[in-house]
Amino acid sequence: MNVATEAHGAESGGLVFHPMDQFIVKPLFGGDTIAWYTITNVTLWMALAVVAIIAMMVLGTSRRAIVPSRSQSVGELAYGFIYKMVEDVAGKDAVKFFPYIMTLFMFIVFANFLGLLPMSFTTTSHFAVTVVLALLVFLTVTITGFVKNGAGFLGLFWVSSAPLALRPILAIIELISYFVRPVSHSIRLAGNVMAGHAVIKVFAGFAAIAAVSPVSVVAITAMYGLEVLVAFIQAYVFTILTCVYLKDALHPSH
Amino acid sequence: MATETHEAAGHAAEAAAPGMPQLDFTNWGNQIFWLLVTLVVIYFVLSRIALPRIAAVLAERQGTITNDIAAAEELKAKAVEAEGAYNKALADARAEAQRIVAETKAEIQADLDAATAKADAEIAAKVAEGEKAIAAIRANALESVKVVAKDTTAEIVAALGGEADANTVDAAVAARIKG
Repeated sequence: MNVATEAHGAESGGLVFHPMDQFIVKPLFGGDTIAWYTITNVTLWMALAVVAIIAMMVLGTSRRAIVPSRSQSVGELAYGFIYKMVEDVAGKDAVKFFPYIMTLFMFIVFANFLGLLPMSFTTTSHFAVTVVLALLVFLTVTITGFVKNGAGFLGLFWVSSAPLALRPILAIIELISYFVRPVSHSIRLAGNVMAGHAVIKVFAGFAAIAAVSPVSVVAITAMYGLEVLVAFIQAYVFTILTCVYLKDALHPSH
Repeated sequence: MATETHEAAGHAAEAAAPGMPQLDFTNWGNQIFWLLVTLVVIYFVLSRIALPRIAAVLAERQGTITNDIAAAEELKAKAVEAEGAYNKALADARAEAQRIVAETKAEIQADLDAATAKADAEIAAKVAEGEKAIAAIRANALESVKVVAKDTTAEIVAALGGEADANTVDAAVAARIKG
């Protein structure tokens, strides 16, 4: 980490671009080494996400009002949004996965939005995070598929509606696409979030030049607006893809 | 699968180590550990507290709305019933009023007819009486005319120097009056 920052320092002239420095994982209470248990900025921002989720979903709904307060209606909205998505996309029998999918959605959406605060750290911009999220989904889907359907889950790769001669080829394609899912699933989220944040930082670097700084400020504002959309859309996309994959596991027939 | 990606990413990391903190694998363990802690906490908070609570609130609200709608339906039915009863009472009252009006009219008509008949009878009696009186007067008058005519004839005959024969005069007068 430190090597990386020094390298940046050495090459800097008038314009200083460190678009990727915002993603550096640092220990929160000093020290250089990062062990698996070290409390880092990752820990801090994940904890803040947990706090925010508790504030909205637990404290916000604590009055259990029939006529909801604002915070309660937001919590109910999130609940209804994901519940309906799970039910519509993955089917009625997927509802028992609802708390799990809700957990993924809430974490991603809150991590994304907390990452939009100035000086914050975006946990979902790290492949370490999104790869784990995607692998969890991949494992859940694969295990559920085999537990529910046994060997019948392999029917997912054997397209029975296609001509017999094409089926082996299609099976290979299906198999590849199945294993590419966690890769695309994780890189889509981290890539989108990281790219947006890096671009904002690059524009911010240009703001050092007085002549272009107004343009730069406008560009940052526009990018920020776009990032607000991306923060929600990527959480939505991740969740709905999880539902789609879950549907394959529960109903593998094409 | 996972190891493949990790290896592939690892090679990239060596090439672009200063560029992307994401590909610095020394801190992956740390991030993964805290991520798992976070997910477990969120999962328990949501599945134990938040989601059952929101589900209960939504179910309760749905129940309340259903009850309210049912109550409203009931009240509406009652209102329709009350309106029907009101209309019926109104129609009854109107019919009763009409019946009373007709009855009264008939009564008055009967009284009127009786009075008219009585008046007519009285008038007829008076008329008959009058006619009788007129007839009597006329007869009287004829008698008087005869007497006067005879007297006058006798006087005129006498004045002309004749002698009035009572029987002749009578016959002449009677013939004139008849004519």
